[in-house]
Amino acid sequence: MIENNRTLALVAHAFLLLGVATVGFPLYYAFVGASLPIQEVLQVPMPLVPGDRLLENMAAAWDKGSFGRQLVNSAIMALVIAVGKIAISLLSAFAITYFRFPCRTLAFWAIFVTLMLPIEVRIVPTYEVAANALAPVAWLMKVSGIDDLFGGRITANLQWSLLDSYAGLTLPLIASATATFLFRQFYLTIPDDLAEAAKIDGAGPMRFFRDVLLPLSTTNIAALAVILFVFGWNQYLWPLLITTDPSMTTVVVGVARLIPGPEPLPAWNVAMAGGLVALLPPVAVVLLMQHWFVKGLVDTEK
Amino acid sequence: MIGKKVVFRSRGLPLLLLAPQLLVILVFFFWPAGQAVFQAFHLADPFGQHFEYVGLENFRMLFSSPEYYDSLWATAVFSTGVAAVSLGSGLLLATFVDHIRRGRAVYKSLIIWPYAVAPVLAGVLWLFLFHPIYGVVAFALARGGMAWNPLLDSNQAMALVVMAAAWKQVSYNFVFFLAGLQAIPRSVIEAAAIDGAGPMYRFRTIILPLLTPTTFFLLVINLVYAFFDTFGIIHAVTHGGPGGATNILVYKVFADGFIGQDLGSSAAQSIVLMVIVVSLTVLQFRFLERKVHYG
Repeated sequence: MIENNRTLALVAHAFLLLGVATVGFPLYYAFVGASLPIQEVLQVPMPLVPGDRLLENMAAAWDKGSFGRQLVNSAIMALVIAVGKIAISLLSAFAITYFRFPCRTLAFWAIFVTLMLPIEVRIVPTYEVAANALAPVAWLMKVSGIDDLFGGRITANLQWSLLDSYAGLTLPLIASATATFLFRQFYLTIPDDLAEAAKIDGAGPMRFFRDVLLPLSTTNIAALAVILFVFGWNQYLWPLLITTDPSMTTVVVGVARLIPGPEPLPAWNVAMAGGLVALLPPVAVVLLMQHWFVKGLVDTEK
Repeated sequence: MIGKKVVFRSRGLPLLLLAPQLLVILVFFFWPAGQAVFQAFHLADPFGQHFEYVGLENFRMLFSSPEYYDSLWATAVFSTGVAAVSLGSGLLLATFVDHIRRGRAVYKSLIIWPYAVAPVLAGVLWLFLFHPIYGVVAFALARGGMAWNPLLDSNQAMALVVMAAAWKQVSYNFVFFLAGLQAIPRSVIEAAAIDGAGPMYRFRTIILPLLTPTTFFLLVINLVYAFFDTFGIIHAVTHGGPGGATNILVYKVFADGFIGQDLGSSAAQSIVLMVIVVSLTVLQFRFLERKVHYG
């Protein structure tokens, strides 16, 4: 604070209160809608004071489709993406920074390229490979001529569909390198003396990884875990495509299906109640782990 | 490429460590990306069994269809709108939070949370608020003499999806602008204040220029967000309508590939999107290097 200007501080607070209210109003309005009985939510204009039906409406959303199961699915999807991506990235970043081996540069660039293309860009072919994850193997067999040796029987049996499965929900979203890069950048800042000392003391590479690198990486892991949890929970297009069974989809997709169309009694109160349940977990994670969230946000974009 | 001076010696181990990552990106990244390139130059029969090489035909079809230009235009309007609204509000909020002394943490929490809301749920919240029949904003606008119906009027539909998408991105820009503001040395601003520069003058001549690298970086990130992460908002609020007014590129790839079943055209569109996102990424890396120089 440079000068002690009361009017300026008041203006700042007034503007911030207005801003915070604008940012929060859609959520407040949804909360009011979620707490009203259907007759009141359809009144024009809808009352702006919350009613007492919040739990009833949440229960109604819960009973539509497989809401409880979808919440579990979202949690599994978000956690598997966070844990899986962090685990494989820790290992691969370790390999490309601490080892010299043939094709190291090739591996580095192969991973680097994946930074650029989000899944939305290659959505149709990714869906096709999820419908049969062994398609690349079948293609190899055909091209190499192995398939012909067995009269085409191998490729005919190579079929592994990931549709309506947790593997299908998570694997394609793990296939990118943001986390690998974060860890690589971090490993590069670790003094070489540590690895030197570990080597002199007779520690092998895996011992060094477990006892030195992992403990040093905990802050980065926490920061990345928050970002990836939110990323995984909020996926929409991919779960929408990869699942047809309502009990295998995520809660975000489930809530989008609650949006009423042009029907005589559109149940906006139930849709909003479902929406609140679906957005609460990631919002809670971000608010409770705010410190790591901000760190993760700033780090992953560097 | 940079590496460590002290390295462990092993032949098999690094490959073993890399194996999970490489396997996943080979199957779920390189294979689909290769397929997209293949399909973009081929015509598939309706069952997707046989492919005929057609060269650039899919691209020629794409760039001779007026709908594709409409979609490009919608994407341009949409992403410019989202970037302008969310960068502007993010910067204003960050400036004021940086200025005050009391209640910073509370304001920060109250501004950050929309980041965690899924785009599709953001769409649902805004659709409810601005619903032509039940929304309170539609009611207020009607009172004020304005007919509001984003489900029929294409400009209003665009305005609604821009607001919903920008609302979600404000928190992101806020975090980065605040970090940028706090990195500006106090002494510089104090010196200007002693020389008699008022708050507005300081903002325009010192703070804004020093924030340029952050702003450029955020601009690219915001464009990438508007291009690719907003599918859910379009899908929940407008389905690309009315009359294709909000049919942005990422929604069109989905609609043509899965609803229209036009594999060749969808793949050609994927290639165009890849080119766009790769150019944006390259742009971002160049500006990131600039950022380092500014300090």
